[in-house]
Amino acid sequence: MDERKHYHSVVLDSEKCTGCTNCMQRCPMEAIRVRNGKAIIIKERCIDCGECIVVCPYHAQGASTDNIEEIKDYKVKIAIPAVSLHGQFSRNIKRKNIFEAIKELGFDMVYDEAIACRLSSIAIKKLIQEKKLPKPVIGSACAAVLRLIKDKYPMLLDHIIPLESPMEIAARLARLEAMKKYNVLDEDISVTYIASCPARVTSVHEPMGLEKSAITNVISFKKLYGDLLKNIKGHKSDESEDVDKNCGIQWATIGGQSKLSGLMNYIAVDGINNVIKVLDQIEVGTLDNVDYIEAMACIGGCVGGPLNIENSFVAENRIRNLLEKMPVQPKIDSKKIMDLYDSGLITWDVGKEWEDNSKKEEFGIMIERLQKTEEILKKLPGLNCGSCGAPSCKALAEDIVNGHASIKDCLILEKGDKK
Amino acid sequence: MEKQNGVNLHFKIEQNDFDRAGEASSQFKSMLRKLGLDAKLIRRAAIAMYEAEINLTIHALGGNIDISITKDRIKMQIIDKGPGIKDLELAMQEGYSTASNAVREMGFGAGMGLPNMKKCSDEFEIESEYGKGTNLTMIFSI
Repeated sequence: MDERKHYHSVVLDSEKCTGCTNCMQRCPMEAIRVRNGKAIIIKERCIDCGECIVVCPYHAQGASTDNIEEIKDYKVKIAIPAVSLHGQFSRNIKRKNIFEAIKELGFDMVYDEAIACRLSSIAIKKLIQEKKLPKPVIGSACAAVLRLIKDKYPMLLDHIIPLESPMEIAARLARLEAMKKYNVLDEDISVTYIASCPARVTSVHEPMGLEKSAITNVISFKKLYGDLLKNIKGHKSDESEDVDKNCGIQWATIGGQSKLSGLMNYIAVDGINNVIKVLDQIEVGTLDNVDYIEAMACIGGCVGGPLNIENSFVAENRIRNLLEKMPVQPKIDSKKIMDLYDSGLITWDVGKEWEDNSKKEEFGIMIERLQKTEEILKKLPGLNCGSCGAPSCKALAEDIVNGHASIKDCLILEKGDKK
Repeated sequence: MEKQNGVNLHFKIEQNDFDRAGEASSQFKSMLRKLGLDAKLIRRAAIAMYEAEINLTIHALGGNIDISITKDRIKMQIIDKGPGIKDLELAMQEGYSTASNAVREMGFGAGMGLPNMKKCSDEFEIESEYGKGTNLTMIFSI
């Protein structure tokens, strides 16, 4: 995409939507309105956290992801499953069975995101030790949190660790490996990310701090699950060794990043509303003596992503058990990781995002708008009941001033008038 | 009540009201964000406001914060009715605090409030009379 058009991947199936206002009340960005009995998402405000997907009782909210057909013309097709994949299948299914099943969907190579997670942990520890980063350092693994910071907390952009997400690092490393192995050019390779959340889709199509993502397209894990299971069941069981497991899998659960990085002075916060509370505190300077903030929009971390199949607590248990049984990991020279960092392969330049936020309207107009909003707010009942189709009376007042709603939308006022 | 070319905000802070400590600052921050002000300005104004709010909650017998925002500047006036500051020079020193142990256990009382406020603001004026109260004015240029 050439222009940033507030791409977002959360979409509504209006046939299933009953206008119940559940999603509208729960959206942390007040990005949803209910008009004519259907929920609509205000693109500019949506951060793709997927909260609406999780709370919709009718499964009307979902994520639009890409299709596997898009990559059929590439010479080499790589699949990178999200690290939360490791908790999605029962423990007696070997990793290599799962990876084989993914290949059978139409891929030449499967690259485990956990490899990039492990490298990232080493980099995080080194970066916090060696570079003078503003404290607290905020992790870059959650695409929804990064969008939240960009939209609502731009003064905290320079706190984000200058390290790319494991998804992006995995894609770059996978491409290098494939070019060597198959003797092809970069443009002949497609990298498909199998996602556990909608924010990842947006992070590929409208990347932050990056011209173009190394990922080609993103497919929802939920969409592939049925076929994956079929493929897995089709394998004959055997007693051979499983593939190398990587301790990076703990990134899938909240707290995993910090533990694997060997940090002690950190805050691990999950759930978008909790993340907002922590970001508020960082803003007023009360968390200056914390080293690292591991902030994840989904409860439980990535295992809680809306495009996963398994219950997040069941998945967390599986990952913990996999870690327990993990063989000793081969040592990785942290100097090699820092060389990778210095070469630019895994760095992330957040400075580019800062410039995007300097556009604003004329101050006088803003003041006028605020004053009008306050005037209207005084007339409204202040119950935040949602019957007007806005999540709060304040939101309705803003909508009225912006010309998107009318004071007649307030059913309580209307009813009062008719008495 | 609103002036034609600005916005006025008024907050009443109660002593020891830890349920609501920080809420006034949150509302103030939202207002500044809506006005589309520079991110760095919002940050330092928010920090100063938060420190003022906590000071009123912990040290003063409660007080009021009055803010006026016009297109050139944000003016913050913090007024309380006691107990007043005994030694103003000491109070402005980094690390000096008169907070009780109970308050320190809650994580407050680092002795950085007033010095931080002075650092964050563009103009800083404080008057206090021990036994009477304190009057603090901060100005942030936009």
